[in-house]
Amino acid sequence: MSVNVITGAADRRLLDERGGTRAMMWIMAIMLFLTVLAAALGLGMVNAAATLDRQLAGRLTVQVVAADPSQRVRDTAAVMKALAGMPAVKRVVAVDAKRLDELLKPWLGDAPSDADVPIPSLIDVDMSVPGEQSAARVAAGVRAAAGTARVDSQSRWLSPVASFMRAMIAGAAALVLLMIAATTAVVLLAARAGLETHRDTIAILHMLGSTDVQVARLFQRRIALDTVIGGAIGAVAAMAAVWAILNQMSGLGSELVGGAVLVQRDWLVLAALPIVFALVATLAARIAVLRRLRLVR
Amino acid sequence: MASRGSQFAGSMANIVQFEDVGLRYPNSDGDTLSDVHFTLGSGGFYFLTGASGAGKTSLLKLLYLAQRPTSGTIRLFGEDAGALPHARLPGFRRRIGVVFQDFRLVPHLSAFDNIALPLRLSGVPETDIEAPVREMLDWVGLSERAHATPPTLSGGEQQRVAIARAVIGRPEILVADEPTGNVDPDMAARLLHLFESLNRLGTTVVVATHDFHLLGRIQNAHMMRLEAGRLMDPTGALRNPPARPAQ
Repeated sequence: MSVNVITGAADRRLLDERGGTRAMMWIMAIMLFLTVLAAALGLGMVNAAATLDRQLAGRLTVQVVAADPSQRVRDTAAVMKALAGMPAVKRVVAVDAKRLDELLKPWLGDAPSDADVPIPSLIDVDMSVPGEQSAARVAAGVRAAAGTARVDSQSRWLSPVASFMRAMIAGAAALVLLMIAATTAVVLLAARAGLETHRDTIAILHMLGSTDVQVARLFQRRIALDTVIGGAIGAVAAMAAVWAILNQMSGLGSELVGGAVLVQRDWLVLAALPIVFALVATLAARIAVLRRLRLVR
Repeated sequence: MASRGSQFAGSMANIVQFEDVGLRYPNSDGDTLSDVHFTLGSGGFYFLTGASGAGKTSLLKLLYLAQRPTSGTIRLFGEDAGALPHARLPGFRRRIGVVFQDFRLVPHLSAFDNIALPLRLSGVPETDIEAPVREMLDWVGLSERAHATPPTLSGGEQQRVAIARAVIGRPEILVADEPTGNVDPDMAARLLHLFESLNRLGTTVVVATHDFHLLGRIQNAHMMRLEAGRLMDPTGALRNPPARPAQ
């Protein structure tokens, strides 16, 4: 059985594609606009989460909470000395007391400089080998050096943020999948409507000996073209919007938000979405048309 | 009814066999065709006559595989047409040229593109389409109207486009339903001459008509007459010439 398809120009003429508003193309433009936005959000969150992980992994904060200032100084020095001798520790920095006062000033006013207010000493620790076991060993060493010292993992403080980012990534992925499903449904409806619109032409083609595959290809080609053109319009508009948003975000100066960037690979992924959608739409159109035509004598 | 065992074909090889074929449309009160039994020989020329509503178009639909019979067997090119899988229908349909009573032209395609359709569907390269389509347009007298679309053509012109489309692929069987109904007598004679020429080249031609003037114009043509869905004249009572020798 021959499965030759009618060539391009004749093919376009066959389904009367001259002029007229191509609603399908604009639907695809909207679909791709929303999908690219969702995908950009997801990719941005993935990058932000990775940046956060890199920044927080192996970072500890030691607080020396002795109420007596002289005791606090002694304990701080003991902890610093103990940390400096640990192989798992890469860097130890005591947070400057003046810097601490400045940080607390909005809440406590001038009180932090008052010797009667027990402000704990803070020590930032970077571990050479990040991990739960290393952190536990360092914490044990710190407590052995000074009973008034407490060790906090920064990643534990920011775990709600990390959870939020993971939820955003999952949400964005679900949104992209939902848009693909919605696009498939739109294509199925469009293919069925197209079959109905061109029923007489298809009946003639069948009587002249066209195969179902030949008819399906007419619809595939048309829907693929609508998806590629509409998708490109939607994707370009969405990528421009994403670019503008990222520009705005970079001006905020936030380390956390600053991690939500898109690298070259991400832009390529976004640019590939119209092609992925066109492939999905083409396949959906083919299946819909072939299934329907199989019922026709 | 003397509709059984009729042989129109004489010594010619059988290309179509209807065996006790019946047809009833869904929700209809009675049978549209009943006990239709005949054989068409390859290379024969057949007229199918009968009053309006006698079942001529339905019989032709069975012949060009637009309908399945509700009873009986149709053998086409030696195979049981009723048992053909869906995927094999296009191949069989390409061997049959059809002139529909209502023309069935694609309204937004030009006369040229309508005539070229069977060739394009068969995968003939675009470079090999122009010449035969031009020749066919010339033959049906529509060279000047090649780019006109069906809505801008007269009934007779549309009919000629439909005929050109049916014959351009050199089908093994040509089925024509009232092919001269919309043309003047001169054009009717020319079209019939076209069918005869095609028949001489080996195509089996079946023409449904109620125009009795046409019947005498083709020598050695066989006659079939339908009345109320039954084949009344299997021996060719209107005119029963000796069978043509095989070509």
